[in-house]
Amino acid sequence: MTRIYLLKLLTIVISLIFLIKLFGLQVLNKDYDKLSQNNAIIEIEDYPERGFIYDRKGRILVSNQPAYDIMIIPENLSPFDTLSFCSLTGIEKKELISNLESARRFSMRLPSVIVNQISKEVYAKLQEQMWKFQGFFIQRKSIRDYRFSFGANVLGYVSEVNNQDLMGDNYYRQGDLIGRQGIEKSYENELRGKKGKKFLQKDRFNRIIGPYKNGKYDIEPVQAKNINLTIDIELQSYGEKLMKNKRGGVVAIEPETGEVLALVTAPSYDPKILVGRQRSDNYKALANDTVSKPLFDRALLAQYSPGSTLKPLNALIALQEGVINNETQHNCNKGFYYAKNAHMDCNCTYGTKNDLIKSINKSCNTFFSKTYLNLINNSKSTAEGIDNWKKYLESFGLGNYLGYDLPIGRPGLIPNSSFYNDLYKGENWSATNIISNGIGQGEVLATPIQLANYTSAIANKGFYFTPHFVKIKDEEKSYTKMPKITTAVDTNNFFNVIDGMYKVIEEGTARIAKINGLKVCGKTGTVENFTIIKGEKTQLTDHSIFIAFAPKESPKIAIAAFIENGYWGSRWAAPISSLMIEKYLNNTITRPRLEKRMLNGSLELEYKKPISGENFKINE
Amino acid sequence: MNRSLRIDWITIVIYFLLVSTGILNIYSSTYSNESINSLDLNSLAFKQFLFFTFSIISGIFILIAPSKFFQKFSSLIYLLSIFLLIGLFAFGNTVYGHKSWYTLFGLSIQPTEIAKLSTNLAIAKLLSEIEIDLKKIKSLIQVFLVILIPVILTLLQPDFGSALIFLSFTFVLFREGLNPNFLLFLGLSIILALFTLIKPFFYVSVFLTGFFGCFYFLSKKINKKVSLIPIIIVFILSCVYAFSINHIYEDLLSQRHKDRIDIFLGKETDIMGIGYNLNQSIIAIGSGGISGKGFLQGTQTKGKFVPRQHTDYIFSTIGEEWGFYGTSIIIILFATLILRILFRAELQKNVFGRSYAYGTASLIFMHFFINIGMSIGLVPTIGIPLPFISYGGSSMYTFTILIFVYLNIDANRLNQTRI
Repeated sequence: MTRIYLLKLLTIVISLIFLIKLFGLQVLNKDYDKLSQNNAIIEIEDYPERGFIYDRKGRILVSNQPAYDIMIIPENLSPFDTLSFCSLTGIEKKELISNLESARRFSMRLPSVIVNQISKEVYAKLQEQMWKFQGFFIQRKSIRDYRFSFGANVLGYVSEVNNQDLMGDNYYRQGDLIGRQGIEKSYENELRGKKGKKFLQKDRFNRIIGPYKNGKYDIEPVQAKNINLTIDIELQSYGEKLMKNKRGGVVAIEPETGEVLALVTAPSYDPKILVGRQRSDNYKALANDTVSKPLFDRALLAQYSPGSTLKPLNALIALQEGVINNETQHNCNKGFYYAKNAHMDCNCTYGTKNDLIKSINKSCNTFFSKTYLNLINNSKSTAEGIDNWKKYLESFGLGNYLGYDLPIGRPGLIPNSSFYNDLYKGENWSATNIISNGIGQGEVLATPIQLANYTSAIANKGFYFTPHFVKIKDEEKSYTKMPKITTAVDTNNFFNVIDGMYKVIEEGTARIAKINGLKVCGKTGTVENFTIIKGEKTQLTDHSIFIAFAPKESPKIAIAAFIENGYWGSRWAAPISSLMIEKYLNNTITRPRLEKRMLNGSLELEYKKPISGENFKINE
Repeated sequence: MNRSLRIDWITIVIYFLLVSTGILNIYSSTYSNESINSLDLNSLAFKQFLFFTFSIISGIFILIAPSKFFQKFSSLIYLLSIFLLIGLFAFGNTVYGHKSWYTLFGLSIQPTEIAKLSTNLAIAKLLSEIEIDLKKIKSLIQVFLVILIPVILTLLQPDFGSALIFLSFTFVLFREGLNPNFLLFLGLSIILALFTLIKPFFYVSVFLTGFFGCFYFLSKKINKKVSLIPIIIVFILSCVYAFSINHIYEDLLSQRHKDRIDIFLGKETDIMGIGYNLNQSIIAIGSGGISGKGFLQGTQTKGKFVPRQHTDYIFSTIGEEWGFYGTSIIIILFATLILRILFRAELQKNVFGRSYAYGTASLIFMHFFINIGMSIGLVPTIGIPLPFISYGGSSMYTFTILIFVYLNIDANRLNQTRI
């Protein structure tokens, strides 16, 4: 009987074993699906082109350009003529060998970059001879193309993501680009768009043989948005040229919108140098320059004493508080004694009688010191007085971050009562101890953009829009509209202060800033400053400051300029501001000699003094 | 009743189902995105269709041939196929290191396939002779000689896998009265061979000593008269056998075969090397899931991850694209076919018919067992085709003829009962 049934039984048993095994493989075990996907499907990220950046008049500032990397898959390499390769690409033989070595160490099968970003000319030449170099191939990628050599601090730059970026946001993959500074950083999400996914089918040699299921599972990338800046690249370029060989910042704002027209920092750099093969060398050079700090955006980050440019604000607060009115006069005798043996110097002649308007155009220290004492003492206590004063200044955007749409900034400083309690370590202090605040020389600190912003608030007679760098598009509403902020000073108190600022230009300290046919209002400032050399507090040449807006009725531009160690306000800051206003409003320059002097003027000698190690004279 | 209707239709239906499954999956295995043209006359699927057409025409001639024809001419057919095998050494083509093919008019012909058919016929013929009795040594030697000649010629090509197929005739011999001890002996030899390959010879000899020692003492307890000498002889023969297996493995087998055996025995798990095929085949089958990825949708198949997928590994295409449903249907079809032929074999009126049908079922079983077992990792990698399904003209032709000769013999029986 077994003879008949053996093979039948065997057939049934083997079939059952097969069925059980297949049930296990195909039904119970789910790992194989993953394995086959890893095997056969490659997921490729589909990058949208990074958005363009335009200026306020629609001129392209930043677009993209193709760049070509020479890649290599070490496995596929066959011997080649290194000499001709080097002469074609301009790479050193030593560098080539070390790059090949590190590519091999990284992976034999995966591609590595051998020569980074070759020029279009090299690309064209190389392409004809590629057949000589087995295992090499050229990979196209997209890099930024800067059309202007200006505005680097506003535009920022992109660079490859680092580990921190990768940990912080799982959107990014190794090798992705990310906005690192400026607009590129602030508007990273808009500019980058959203990458999609492509699923491709591979064969066993890792060759791509086509889309997986005809692209059924592909995710389309979200196109990047183009961005229109509020910056006027012509004004920006002009400002940067004027600020050449000087240090400081110039900020211009359109008062009725809060749009930043120009944000100049000096020294700066050409944004084009942070693209291409020399990028990392250039970046290192910029970062290592710790003396002039070209990567430090002085317009946003440098906190300076505002000096006399704070006087119009103090006047406004005093008017609002009723400490002075438009008729109030103070006597000035080349200054005055505000306490025993404590004299406040002033440039007025002996026996001058100054009202508000005169005091502004002459920048009378006596008037503003006295007013400040009265303002502080007007409250129940000194402490309350100063806290009240601080509250007013804060309503002009001082003492805190402004909230503009660039990634960096500083709050500046407006001292309050507890600040002085700490400073005087519990000792009594009174209004006379802090009198310098009245003329902007005390503990108050502000950044150039804060100066421009309160100038804009004065121009608007009591309100400002948070400064911003990207045009608000009403139809799209993709960018949040900047809030309108009202100052704590009422509009009717502004008229005389503005008249005073107009007189500054017409007959006061800044007559150099007068532009024919244009009503400009401004205020100069000259700020004493100190540094520490060999452990000794040493005074340096004063900083030159100027704030202005124009035209007087319905102002179109408010500007603040800060030139480090430029001596008095009308020497550098006022002419530079005035030229920029003229350029922006009239688009012509009627004072070529002044322009030439400003363009060619250099303060480099001044900046060398403190580091020369020799004794030097200041305020020459 | 019309004679043509009195044939084994079930077998024919299964045959057609398997062949069309084959053509469909060969098409999928060799499909690439570039060749959108589905009616490419150079495509392997179309060639397989031509092989099928040619085979089925021959099949019809066989079906209408007089039934005594095969019994009469089986010796001649056997001799011819042996000459073809010998001729390989002079005129054969070497492919993948095997001298297994003739090339005629651009067609590759594998005489080993034909030898399977002719040996089946020859054994059936031999067993049907009145003087043959498998209990006699002389008859045994005759039968084994008929099997061994093609086996040795095949081993010399060298084609280890095909030679192994001839083992399936043991089932026929067993059915026709071979002493079961031969089967036991064969089984024990295989187990000992495997053991020898896994463990060093030293362990094997220790094991054999222990085994035969115990055997001797246990037998002694039951029957005092057991003599030591035959046990010692068997022991020595076993040792010589084990030693020669080692020798064959180390010195005679090619590295390719050694690797395959090593992978199967679990000695090596080099999935990128020789184990790659098996690993990719299992991934393909496993990723098919219950219902499969669908026709032409297999990623493993499209990506050509499984080498020789249209021939030896065709089952992985079925597994990936048709899932568990597909694979289980194929297994059930094969099992039904084998069992069907086995049952009909028992109904045959003469030894020739029964033996031939039995041999046919055994051959199909052996291919089925080794090929599918290999594709899912239950059997070492041995390159033999899956009957009716794998791409290949010789295989298609041989198995078609094998089936149709069976149908002829079976139909003859039905008509005889009728008359």
